[in-house]
Amino acid sequence: MTRFLERSAFWTGVVDVLPFIVMVVPFATLFGVVAIEAGLSLAQTLSFSILVIAGASQFAALQLMLDNAAIGFILAAALAVNLRMAMYSAALAPHLGSAPLLQRAFIGYLNFDHSYVLAVAKYEDQPDMPLPSRVAYFAGISLTIAPLWCLFTYIGAEIGTWIPSTLEVSFVLPLAFLSTVAPLLKSLAHITAACVSIVLALALASLPSGSGLLIAAFCAMVTGVIVETLLERSA
Amino acid sequence: MNYSQFEIWLIIALMAIGTFAIRFSFLGLIGSKRMAPVIERMLRFTPVAVLPGMVAPLVFWPTDATDGVTLLHLAAASAAVGTAYLTRKVIWGMLAGLGIFFAPVILALV
Repeated sequence: MTRFLERSAFWTGVVDVLPFIVMVVPFATLFGVVAIEAGLSLAQTLSFSILVIAGASQFAALQLMLDNAAIGFILAAALAVNLRMAMYSAALAPHLGSAPLLQRAFIGYLNFDHSYVLAVAKYEDQPDMPLPSRVAYFAGISLTIAPLWCLFTYIGAEIGTWIPSTLEVSFVLPLAFLSTVAPLLKSLAHITAACVSIVLALALASLPSGSGLLIAAFCAMVTGVIVETLLERSA
Repeated sequence: MNYSQFEIWLIIALMAIGTFAIRFSFLGLIGSKRMAPVIERMLRFTPVAVLPGMVAPLVFWPTDATDGVTLLHLAAASAAVGTAYLTRKVIWGMLAGLGIFFAPVILALV
């Protein structure tokens, strides 16, 4: 009986994540293309996707590497892009925190935007779901997405070697970032934060190797929280 | 890109470890501890705080563009932002931006 429940939870996860594939496939392909064009080897490009599995931060690291930023700043900026996942981890912990350590480590490794959004929505919708089914549902989502992410990075990398270097492929990166950020501009607070980030990043662009971006990002986060708090008070 | 092979592998390895540490953080703790609300609020702003600042210099002064910023860069960037904002879908923004940016290349081929 329990086996059956787990299996059905796994497949529900697989089905729920299918619409997200439309988004993951082109981004993974794009990462492969851009990484190869930037000068990474095939092994390095694939390792990025297999070990890090975090699209936006992979693109961010690549961009800063193209700018020849210092390694410390590459790591700081790319990991800052991933900081939101600490929040995902905190949101998943009440639902999955009592799973065995190895399962939690597996969930941690595959804890990204899609799996977090779908899983938390499901767990809140069905509070009586037993723990093994919750884990199975999470596995259904992430074990569908993660291999596709890696496979299409590889396909992109192969395509990348065929693209003539006269094409300005590197401008695809800013286009990808802009498309990722625009739907996130949900409130005045988000828009203000984005504006602060842009203005300060441009103003501080002359600071050495990526440090201006970190200052801009920190100020933007604080501004976002302040604006959001003020809006809530005035409401 | 001016990094040695060792440095590139180092970046990948440290990013993998750092990203896992962030993702595992609260799941790794015993019991279900909560994050301070202010910190949680700040973290929700990380994507909109980091990515626009990273993109801005690339759009306004792309380094490897043959003659700096062209109307094409700005048009493609605006199309990507506008479409993604209105449709709320990343993929449509991406396609609009790419479509405009590579339109001259595609037209030249036809």
